[in-house]
Amino acid sequence: MARGKDKKKRKLEKKQEGDDVPKQVPHTLESLREKDETMLANVDDEEKLEAQKDMELDELSSYYENSYEPKVLITYSDNPHNKTRIFGKELCRMIPNSISRYRQRSSVKRIVQSALREKVTDVIVVNENQKQPNGFLLIHLPNGPTAHFRLSSCKITPELRKDYKEITNHRPEVILNNFSTRLGLTVGRMLGALFHYEPQFRGRRAVTFHNQRDYIFFRHHRYEFTHDGKRAKLRELGPRFTLKLISLQQGTFDSKRGDFEWIIAGRRHQMETSRRKFFL
Amino acid sequence: MQHDDVVWAIINKTHCSHKVTTKTQQFCRNEYNLTGLCSRASCPLANSKYATIREENGIIYLFMKTAERVMFPAKQWEKVKLSRNFEKAIYQINENLLYWPAFIKAKCKQRFVKITQYLIRMRKLKLRRVKELVPIQRKIERRERRREEKALVAARIDNAIEKQLLERLKKGTYNDIYNFPQMAFDSALKAEEISSESEKEDEEEEEEEREMEPELERELERTVEQADEFVEADSDLDSDEDSDSGKKESANVPSDFESETSDIEDMADRIPQKKPRVEIEYETEPVASVSRKKIKH
Repeated sequence: MARGKDKKKRKLEKKQEGDDVPKQVPHTLESLREKDETMLANVDDEEKLEAQKDMELDELSSYYENSYEPKVLITYSDNPHNKTRIFGKELCRMIPNSISRYRQRSSVKRIVQSALREKVTDVIVVNENQKQPNGFLLIHLPNGPTAHFRLSSCKITPELRKDYKEITNHRPEVILNNFSTRLGLTVGRMLGALFHYEPQFRGRRAVTFHNQRDYIFFRHHRYEFTHDGKRAKLRELGPRFTLKLISLQQGTFDSKRGDFEWIIAGRRHQMETSRRKFFL
Repeated sequence: MQHDDVVWAIINKTHCSHKVTTKTQQFCRNEYNLTGLCSRASCPLANSKYATIREENGIIYLFMKTAERVMFPAKQWEKVKLSRNFEKAIYQINENLLYWPAFIKAKCKQRFVKITQYLIRMRKLKLRRVKELVPIQRKIERRERRREEKALVAARIDNAIEKQLLERLKKGTYNDIYNFPQMAFDSALKAEEISSESEKEDEEEEEEEREMEPELERELERTVEQADEFVEADSDLDSDEDSDSGKKESANVPSDFESETSDIEDMADRIPQKKPRVEIEYETEPVASVSRKKIKH
């Protein structure tokens, strides 16, 4: 009872105070995020310039100069099950100029070699566990980087009660949201480089990689602007999944002698100093 | 020493440390056994004439028991290295086991085939990629799943996407694909504002010059104030004139987008409604121009 009364009292007080008290914004993990020294938002201009230059020189820069058309090879772990196969096929339909091949028990290094021969620019390997896709290896060719993601909550189109035939052949536009640190930008650029640099806007397809607390949410929509151009209506099309970076490696895949730029090493407390620290 | 029947009688009837008895069969664990079964013919202890095939570090040898050296168990086996070429190795077996019992000959060859096959398989497995099994820690997995859910809620993805798309639309990424009468109107208005502003500024400057010429330099400050006042009044007049011309222009705008005729009609209806907004925007302007001028002086 006492508590209830208190509540009423507080409500009354609030009413009396009126509007002059500014509305309090609740703290979130995002607003309390620990500052990362490589975050581009809070460094001075000199460092920003430096980062810009770095980006112009890295392995992905040639894509962003629109010098080549990306060609993507999608493959799986050995003996993929139905869901993983469908997932790969849908990825294939979604990413322009991509092919899906079964792996035939060859090693990643050999796949990379033959992909280089075929002038493929990116290789995706989807791993699965207990019939659910659970790993996503992305290799940018000809010389790296290689990113390994944990793949989770993967929903293919039948699970979303959609039809894969709705995915048109138009080249989609890519939305990369919230990638703020240097590492995040690299990852975002890698993901962006899967798609053709010149989207066909008439297809009204948008592919989104949204980073929130180090989880990269993927969504695929068809959009339509309302009549007055003030809102956009979205209709979800393709698969949806979530990625979480496990490791980023320089060069192409090499699990033994690879040079890791970033990796989740060990268990909880080695990398994860705080709940409010995010890397992307 | 060599009484095979006696030895076999002991092994068979009483005890042999190599013998393994199962429900259906008896096996032999002696590493020199040819077949792996416990039987009179294939017992390496109860046969003084005995040969077998063994593999040591990937190399296959033919072992033959020599009766003369039986008292030195370490030295009792005559060892012949077999060629890596299959046919040559079979030939070697034939050579060495000439006039031996057919059972031993046949079983040696069988065993040789089996060993070569498993060696081939071993090499293949070694050359193939090595898979690493990574344990999934249940607690960590559970934590990550929970955090993912929370992050998903915090992300409000649909809103973010919509915002991003609208931003692109505003920036003009989509060029001429979309034809929004409202937006075209707004952008036309903006363009007009800019042009009218520049015109105004030009006029103002001219006027200043005209006024400055006749007056003396010491009264400079006062003249500036006067000029400001004049300018304000003038600019108001100007704006009225401009707004008239502005209407014409905005009415022209839809002609650029003639593809959708219905929109033009819509536009015609809407323009008069928007009129008051035009005036409101102009009211704020003189203040801005004055402040800019003050900074100039």
